[in-house]
Amino acid sequence: MKRVEGLSKLTGRELYVDDLSVDGCLWGATVRSPSPRGRIRSIRFGDSVDWSEFTVVDHRDIPGSNSVYLIEEDQPVLAADRVRHLHEPVLLLAHPDRDSLRRAVAAVHIEVDPEPPVLDFRISPRPDQIQYGTDNVLKHLRIEKGEVERALAKAPHVIEGVYETGAQEHVYLEMQGMVAWEEDGVITVTGSMQCPYYIVDAFEHALDRPTERIRIIQSATGGGFGGKEEFPSGIALHAALLALKAGRPVKLIYDRSEDMAVSTKRHPSRVRHRTGVDADGRLLVQDIEVVLDGGAYVTLSPVVLSRSIIHAAGPYACENVRIDGRAMLTNSPPFGAFRGFGAPQSLFACERHMDRIAAELGLDAVELRRINLIREGDSTATGQVIRDGADRVAVMERALELSGFDARRAEHAVFNVAEHTCRRGIGLATFFHGAGFTGSGEVFLNSEVHVAGLPDGRVEVRTANVEMGQGTLTVFTQLVVDRLGVGPESVVIAPVDTAIVPNSGPTVASRTVMVVGGLVERACGDLRETLGLGADGRGEVLTLAIGAWHAAHPGEELLGRARYRQPEHIEWDDESYRGDAYGAYAWGAYVADVEVDLRTFAVTVRDFVAVQEVGRVLNETLARGQIQGGVVQALGWALLEECKWRDGALENWQLTNYIIPTTQDVPPIRVEFLETPYPHGAGGAKGIGELPFDGVAPAVANALAAAGAGDPRTIPLTPERVMDLVMGSSPPYEDSP
Amino acid sequence: MLDIQFTLNGKRISARIDEAERLLDLLRYGLGLTGTKEGCGEGECGACTVMLDGLPVNSCLIPAWQVRDREVETVEAVPEAALSSLHESGATQCGACTPGVVMTAWWVRRNRDVTESHTLRQLMAGNLCRCTGYDGIIEGLEAWLAETGGDREDVS
Repeated sequence: MKRVEGLSKLTGRELYVDDLSVDGCLWGATVRSPSPRGRIRSIRFGDSVDWSEFTVVDHRDIPGSNSVYLIEEDQPVLAADRVRHLHEPVLLLAHPDRDSLRRAVAAVHIEVDPEPPVLDFRISPRPDQIQYGTDNVLKHLRIEKGEVERALAKAPHVIEGVYETGAQEHVYLEMQGMVAWEEDGVITVTGSMQCPYYIVDAFEHALDRPTERIRIIQSATGGGFGGKEEFPSGIALHAALLALKAGRPVKLIYDRSEDMAVSTKRHPSRVRHRTGVDADGRLLVQDIEVVLDGGAYVTLSPVVLSRSIIHAAGPYACENVRIDGRAMLTNSPPFGAFRGFGAPQSLFACERHMDRIAAELGLDAVELRRINLIREGDSTATGQVIRDGADRVAVMERALELSGFDARRAEHAVFNVAEHTCRRGIGLATFFHGAGFTGSGEVFLNSEVHVAGLPDGRVEVRTANVEMGQGTLTVFTQLVVDRLGVGPESVVIAPVDTAIVPNSGPTVASRTVMVVGGLVERACGDLRETLGLGADGRGEVLTLAIGAWHAAHPGEELLGRARYRQPEHIEWDDESYRGDAYGAYAWGAYVADVEVDLRTFAVTVRDFVAVQEVGRVLNETLARGQIQGGVVQALGWALLEECKWRDGALENWQLTNYIIPTTQDVPPIRVEFLETPYPHGAGGAKGIGELPFDGVAPAVANALAAAGAGDPRTIPLTPERVMDLVMGSSPPYEDSP
Repeated sequence: MLDIQFTLNGKRISARIDEAERLLDLLRYGLGLTGTKEGCGEGECGACTVMLDGLPVNSCLIPAWQVRDREVETVEAVPEAALSSLHESGATQCGACTPGVVMTAWWVRRNRDVTESHTLRQLMAGNLCRCTGYDGIIEGLEAWLAETGGDREDVS
């Protein structure tokens, strides 16, 4: 099936938040902290502006708790007496004219008595820098399996390494934005978002009103990648506070520079590996330490850290594993959800480390993986026994075959002797990604989906899961067509409006198709049962039955419902971090073929092969698009996207100096799927959206190492870093941010 | 304020504009043609691409007064029937870069000779896309160029 909203997007008819015309609307703007940390001494309103024309909101206008409700309640909606990062929201302004608003923002002077900020997550804080607990550790987690110390003492070889990854901006092409207004006592917000019910929760707490008086509506969302998971809750609150005080609708839209400067980024990481290996290359013990930069508030860092450590040991069977993870407070804008959610960071370290183990022991890096990849019945770091029928070695062998790995390696050896200005190399990464919320997360979410039979005979799917480019609308339509045998024209996907749709959980964690899609299927079955139809109640029979039901029950609603039920095979213990961390894993093997120019130190990706096992592929074009897009976004993280920092915040907040890949920076991405159906996923599917991010950076770094460009342990591998590597002057890790 | 006249999607129109107004804002907020998107506001991403006298330009970098007595075409002028190749190939995902991509692709389609001196990846390099990885766009454009006839209908 072709993308159902595809033509609406291609013709420009699709309406995003800034495309909505709202009568009597004011523009909103945010006045922000000029300092990374300190006590607010004064706020002065300049004389150049007639302030009577403006709506001005500060923390005293917040009716409920001054916190953006998430895992903890430590992040203020508007700073009251202290600020903890540059650009932290302090005041809100609204005015009918956008230019007047810009001048007014510049005319507010916030004076801050500075306190010592923490600007490097890798350095232990001094006493005067402590801002959370006794040590600035936002979250500490640990995984233990087997006997690590004993195994390390006995291992014939122990190989160590430290690896670092930088932050990354999402660069969804549509900027963040919200419109808010109050109507009949209901505060209503529409805008760009992944998680409408996160905003409902945030409103309940900060606006101190019941859910019946809160309505959140998703407008067409121009890309999210995690950047519109938790961050929009703050903007929605800001727009709502302005609208409530002004008594008029308020539109709060970020431009690109504000968006890049203040919004969340991927967590920077530092990962240390200590690995015991026997002479044949069998992994005996993995001792891993993961440290993430959490930024100024807790936000989602505990769960990002959780996913990061669960993936840190890679897709390998090892009997003795210890993974220690910490998320550290710094005075940066909070780092947040971004495709992969901590796994790309720890898998970069793991997969680069695997190649270094091979190099140090004189083994072949492919053979090292062949020996250690999880086989059926082996267990992961959390002790989850893998029995999914997928063949991880076959995934790798197919990637090697498709890329011509051995032949290319031989060609490069000849090329690198003959050529004086370039070097070529080919690199591999094998990896995995758990789909859905971690551990008992899906049970806590308790997602619900409705499928309604409409009076005209059509079927309407009601979920809170948004279309943001990944294909939700199309795949949900397909699932109903398959289940109920009706034509696609008889399927309606309800607008994501909390007045209409139940809470089916956030649009994150590669869960939309696998988990929520599964609920859509079950709700279809429930609809059929409500109508008293059997398995043959499909197509025309079903349509007629829906019509007949409505004739017999005028004015009533005909609903099929489904609520999440944990598959019986899943067992997880949050205390010990042992058990089945995810219902299913997707498996991947990626190969990058690169060339480095020894004069400019630019890296060209000559070829990229992406082979993965994702359960059943439900829509080939959409699935391929997820992989290709994820690979290219990750190529940006690996090679181009360098975040520069000043006072803890992004300094290169323009697309002029923050460089993302163009058509000319990437090759065609060659994609292949292996399909072993997952019985608990919709149509046999497993999660797919995040997987492609995990294997790219290590494949590229391994290829660069194979090209003779030193021992890359830090990304992005910009020409400056590659120069240091090639010239042999690179420190193993660097000072940042 | 200035009063100007220009041709928009084949129709002669008048508009009252601010001296500092961008063509992008005139189209979106002044004339309600919201198909053209803002992606960066500084000519890097191409989301706001429109045709000015038949050439693709970033409308965020064009002062509105500069289109006086000239011809502007926006995504709203592209016939839906011409877009099936891009639809089929997965050229759009989130859709925010899409109108700009469509305008550049439409220009290539109407000026096929540029493909003799430039690759499609070179021609499309001014349009940033964060979703597709570009393969869906390039394949869709290849298929659009391979479609026979229709040049006249593409001009609508």
